[in-house]
Amino acid sequence: MPAVSKGDGMRGLAVFISDIRNCKSKEAEIKRINKELANIRSKFKGDKALDGYSKKKYVCKLLFIFLLGHDIDFGHMEAVNLLSSNRYTEKQIGYLFISVLVNSNSELIRLINNGIKNDLASRNPTFMNLALHCIANVGSREMAEAFTADIPKILVAGDTMDSVKQSAALCLLRLNRTSPDLVPMGEWTSRVVHLLNDQHLGVVTAATSLITTLAQKNPEEFKTSVSLAVSRLSRIVTSASTDLQDYTYYFVPAPWLSVKLLRLLQCYPPPEEGAVRGRLTECLETILNKAQEPPKSKKVQHSNAKNAVLFEAISLIIHHDSEPNLLVRACNQLGQFLQHRETNLRYLALESMCTLASSEFSHEAVKTHIETVINALKTERDVSVRQRAVDLLYAMCDRSNAQQIVAEMLNYLETADYSIREEIVLKVAILAEKYAVDYTWYVDTILNLIRIAGDYVSEEVWYRVIQIVINRDDVQGYSAKTVFEALQAPACHENLVKVGGYILGEFGNLIAGDPRSSPLIQFNLLHSKFHLCSVPTRALLLSTYIKFVNLFPEIKATIQDVLRSDSQLRNADVELQQRAVEYLRLSCIASTDILATVLEEMPPFPERESSILTKLKKKKGPGKVPDMEETKKERNSDMNGSTEPVSVNSSAVTMSTPSTSTDLLGLGLAPVLNSVAPASAGGSLLVDVFSDNSPAVASLAHTAEENFSSPRIGSADVVSDDPAAAVHDADELVNKFVCKNNGVLFENQLMQIGLKSEFRQNLGRMYIFYGNKTSTQFLSFSTAVICQDALKTQLNIQTKQVDPAVDGGAQVQQILNIECVSDFMEAPILNIQFRYGGALQNMSVKLPVTLNKFFQPTEMTSQDFFQRWKQLSIPQQEVQKIFKAKHPMDTEVTKAKIIGFGVALLDMVDPNPSNFTGAGVIHTKNIQVGCLLRLEPNTQAQMYRLTLRTSRETVSQRLCELLSEQF
Amino acid sequence: MIGGLFIYNHKGEVLISRVYRDDIGRNAVDAFRVNVIHARQQVRSPVTNIARTSFFHVKRSNIWLAAVTKQNVNAAMVFEFLYKMCDVMTAYFGKISEENIKNNFVLIYELLDEILDFGYPQNSETGALKTFITQQGIKSQTKEEQSQITSQVTGQIGWRREGIKYRRNELFLDVLESVNLLMSPQGQVLSAHVSGRVVMKSYLSGMPECKFGMNDKIVIDKQGKGTADETSKSSGKQSIAIDDCTFHQCVRLSKFDSERSISFIPPDGEYELMRYRTTKDIILPFRVIPLVREVGRTKLEVKVVIKSNFKPSLLAQKIEVRIPTPLNTSGVQVICMKGKAKYKASENAIVWKIKRMAGMKESQISAEIELLPTNDKKKWARPPISMNFEVPFAPSGLKVRYLKVFEPKLNYSDHDVIKWVRYIGRSGIYETRC
Repeated sequence: MPAVSKGDGMRGLAVFISDIRNCKSKEAEIKRINKELANIRSKFKGDKALDGYSKKKYVCKLLFIFLLGHDIDFGHMEAVNLLSSNRYTEKQIGYLFISVLVNSNSELIRLINNGIKNDLASRNPTFMNLALHCIANVGSREMAEAFTADIPKILVAGDTMDSVKQSAALCLLRLNRTSPDLVPMGEWTSRVVHLLNDQHLGVVTAATSLITTLAQKNPEEFKTSVSLAVSRLSRIVTSASTDLQDYTYYFVPAPWLSVKLLRLLQCYPPPEEGAVRGRLTECLETILNKAQEPPKSKKVQHSNAKNAVLFEAISLIIHHDSEPNLLVRACNQLGQFLQHRETNLRYLALESMCTLASSEFSHEAVKTHIETVINALKTERDVSVRQRAVDLLYAMCDRSNAQQIVAEMLNYLETADYSIREEIVLKVAILAEKYAVDYTWYVDTILNLIRIAGDYVSEEVWYRVIQIVINRDDVQGYSAKTVFEALQAPACHENLVKVGGYILGEFGNLIAGDPRSSPLIQFNLLHSKFHLCSVPTRALLLSTYIKFVNLFPEIKATIQDVLRSDSQLRNADVELQQRAVEYLRLSCIASTDILATVLEEMPPFPERESSILTKLKKKKGPGKVPDMEETKKERNSDMNGSTEPVSVNSSAVTMSTPSTSTDLLGLGLAPVLNSVAPASAGGSLLVDVFSDNSPAVASLAHTAEENFSSPRIGSADVVSDDPAAAVHDADELVNKFVCKNNGVLFENQLMQIGLKSEFRQNLGRMYIFYGNKTSTQFLSFSTAVICQDALKTQLNIQTKQVDPAVDGGAQVQQILNIECVSDFMEAPILNIQFRYGGALQNMSVKLPVTLNKFFQPTEMTSQDFFQRWKQLSIPQQEVQKIFKAKHPMDTEVTKAKIIGFGVALLDMVDPNPSNFTGAGVIHTKNIQVGCLLRLEPNTQAQMYRLTLRTSRETVSQRLCELLSEQF
Repeated sequence: MIGGLFIYNHKGEVLISRVYRDDIGRNAVDAFRVNVIHARQQVRSPVTNIARTSFFHVKRSNIWLAAVTKQNVNAAMVFEFLYKMCDVMTAYFGKISEENIKNNFVLIYELLDEILDFGYPQNSETGALKTFITQQGIKSQTKEEQSQITSQVTGQIGWRREGIKYRRNELFLDVLESVNLLMSPQGQVLSAHVSGRVVMKSYLSGMPECKFGMNDKIVIDKQGKGTADETSKSSGKQSIAIDDCTFHQCVRLSKFDSERSISFIPPDGEYELMRYRTTKDIILPFRVIPLVREVGRTKLEVKVVIKSNFKPSLLAQKIEVRIPTPLNTSGVQVICMKGKAKYKASENAIVWKIKRMAGMKESQISAEIELLPTNDKKKWARPPISMNFEVPFAPSGLKVRYLKVFEPKLNYSDHDVIKWVRYIGRSGIYETRC
């Protein structure tokens, strides 16, 4: 580089700048600049023969004025003239002016390009460098068009100086970034790869950046770079720190180059050649080893450089995810960093560990650091580091440490930073649910969560608690008790009131025995919170009150008083008012039986993916929650999924609001709520129960039933006119109930039999409602359930006798407890005898207890599904049936039917989206039978093909029979 | 209701900060500095809203005065107060400069305490203030003096104290006007108006009652109806139409409304009696005739003639013509017959100065401007030629008809008062397009 001569001091420029700096006000500055501009204009205009020095000086001044924020509209020509100068400083200022000021559409661009071309062609390396820098700094499309052909030539030419090669590589990189389409791939690409072997490390560093970018675009073309990069890396890593002279940075050999090489390697999968692979592993091991050595310098630069290389190596190891040994070592190394006093290091370590936790090889290793991570969560000063710690805890959580991690997270939540609270709440909720072994623990955790961070608990979280409590009877009592205790706190969060209201409304009876939580106390406790709550919560509490009316008739009067009060009946909010009016009427008019039916305990919720998880994913953005979520997910078959938020809310309302009660009350209100009507909702049943004797109402009710029961299967209700021909053992009846649990089983002029059933694993409970449609009493009413032949051993049914007299218009209820011992084919028969007006009536009906009722749905991924499908490949295990569709082929209806059948409907499993796939396990006392099914509709031919694979031949047969009747 | 008042120097450093209400926090000081003073002149509006806080500012040389409020105040009131504040400060310590403000900060705080109370403007009459806010050391006032101040400050005539005595009763009356003009190159008036002030200095004994009369058109017409013979004399151009006017608080507005007569008990010393504005029949003291010729891309020829348009006996002073030059000027040659002309590169203009010029004369300047060819396609915007001058008459045509003084208690009559009347017409924004 030419030495800077004394004359280059440019005193005029210095004076000008100091003048500007001394200006007292903006106005003074503008005046000074105007004066200077006029001066420069007169200079440029005046004597044409301005020498290079003054030209440079004035161009510099213009540049300075421009950088102060003023417009410059002249002097470009002078700057371009400077390009042709032979002095380095003048050329440099010319290029500087051009790269700062010349916009791409200037007329001068041709002149400039010419200047650049001349410099590129010159053999003077400094000039070539200046030209290349200018191209890279401007980086416009025009520049790219003009020079993309030349630069690769310079880059790969044998006689180019190292420094020029370096600049050329970086310049090409820049052009490739700004206008990738213009950079041609050619024969030079292969020669670029060989720059990795260049003597000069600067060239290698620049070339690596270029190759990495190019390789991301065309991995195939640059495949050869892998082995070169590995050998280069190993040479660097194994070299003594003094070997590389200029490129040793605080005793670390070429850290930037190492990092770039490691990045380049991350564009490719692990090398296949054994030798290369071995060498790479060796390199990585060496890097890991070096991290253990005592530092050669106390300077922060040394450790920074060293750690940069190390972290890049670790991300390469994670990227490859193939060497368990390396992964574990990386994990241990990161573990050491977790306690490092550098905050940045701790952050990086936690972040890398998060990705390590998802690798199956290192998951266990990561878990060993749990104490440290928890400690970090507690003591860390920097919130972003704490956030990483939370992420890592979430990632490393599994069944073994869930209790500990959840407890720690809850602990931390009390002091957590506001910005991350909601996320932690979601994470706690998910972990608590996913790894819950003991559901009392789950309930405790979530209630705690609401207590600690109620504001951050979203709707989804408390919906989920309720779903789980409702779906699991073993925790119902406990949760009622816990909730009751939690509600006793003087100030509790509204979310807690919601949960409390819902759970006590459903299961308050379970703790009513204790005098400390007697019905009245429960009610008063809830009502004390009523006035502090928002409208939706109040609405929920009103539903709770009406449920209390059913559960505890003794406090009915108190509740009616509350409902009757003006603040309810004349509430400004329409929803509250309507509820109060309807509930009050309901409680006044309906008999206890009707109340018991209307205000029946909520049916279990169908299983879905946890909406909390969806929410977390949404919050984190795509790809942020690692995929391990899926891979690690343990199938917890007794865990139920969630419904949509609406359904919880509105199904609570469904209990009373829709047309059923409307008809009953004769208010003529249209169905207010667009009820979701889950297949199990009490709607259809209620209608029949209330239908009394009046045929008009009954028919109305039937239409209502059609509206409400979505999977309506039976072609028509069997209404027998002749009591004598009353043996309804046709399979039709049974088929009607294959996919639903509630409905009208049988009806004739005399009586109606309603049915409501629930099944859990191998147990079931069936409520049979016998309604007397006449006005006279049925006498000596008796029922019997008959299990024929083999069914006796396969099915265990226990029942209590009902009252021998059924009053006119009244209804009696009978409960059947059913236990499935092993798989069965036939359905039990219900035999009913009674005396009506002297004549003995006898009728028998097939009870819709079918094998599919004992299904438990199983969620699985496509991969799992087909793996198991293949395992069940013995011919006897598969049953296939091709049949014609009896009903219109509606996808939604079909889906509902499959879900109603009891299996889990698996979305996105079958490659053909129009096909349906399902999976479930049939629970019997003796065995459990896994079942996979696949339904392929053919809309053109109006045909279905149903394929079932289970581990038992008979099961397959029976299920196929049952299901094929449904479509 | 002003929440607070801040005074900054040109760098944005706070010199004075007085907060009257709790809703204005300390951060308001910084908000104004960052968003207005340091905004590199991108904020040109005198009212700025930052985070629901309104800042009203005026600038005096390098000093910024900013009033801050969170309420919906009358902006005109706030600005009136700020101007008054400037007047008061000028009356106390002369020019408003950083130096002066720093030297008088105790006084300024004292003044601010007096003239604003909980953000409500109070008596800001300099004469009255000077009686109890002094720059001398504290001298214990006698009971009488104290009660006198109290009665004056709280009394009906807050602007004048009783018992003033002068040996010579004198009165000075200045009519100060500024003419604003925008004229087309062809000599067509695009807009013109005069804004004027009547400034008085009175040194009168006792509590005199004054009456001021001028050739206001409405008054003259009214009188014309009364006395028919005078109508012919005073009609026509002798009367002027005043578009709007404002008065000092001492003027009895009720009397003005009913009789349109201006009567008042004057404050002692200097004050501004009234402000007015006229737009009709303005006498334009100067006419500018520009001639600009572009010779090719690199040369511009400019010729400007000014003509004085008033009585030859009068002399205009401090005449300055400013001819803008293009931004790519590289050299200027000027020839003028009278005065001095110079190209000022720092202001991008040719400045032509003439010391004195009598009426009904004309003068000329010609200039050759060399231009540097630029690659900028933008054409030169040709800003207007502006002018400054001072003439010894009122361009609006306003005449003082009388100023009568009555003092019933003391025995001096209107004839004993020595009265001085002076007219000064100055240029406001006096521009001619070229």
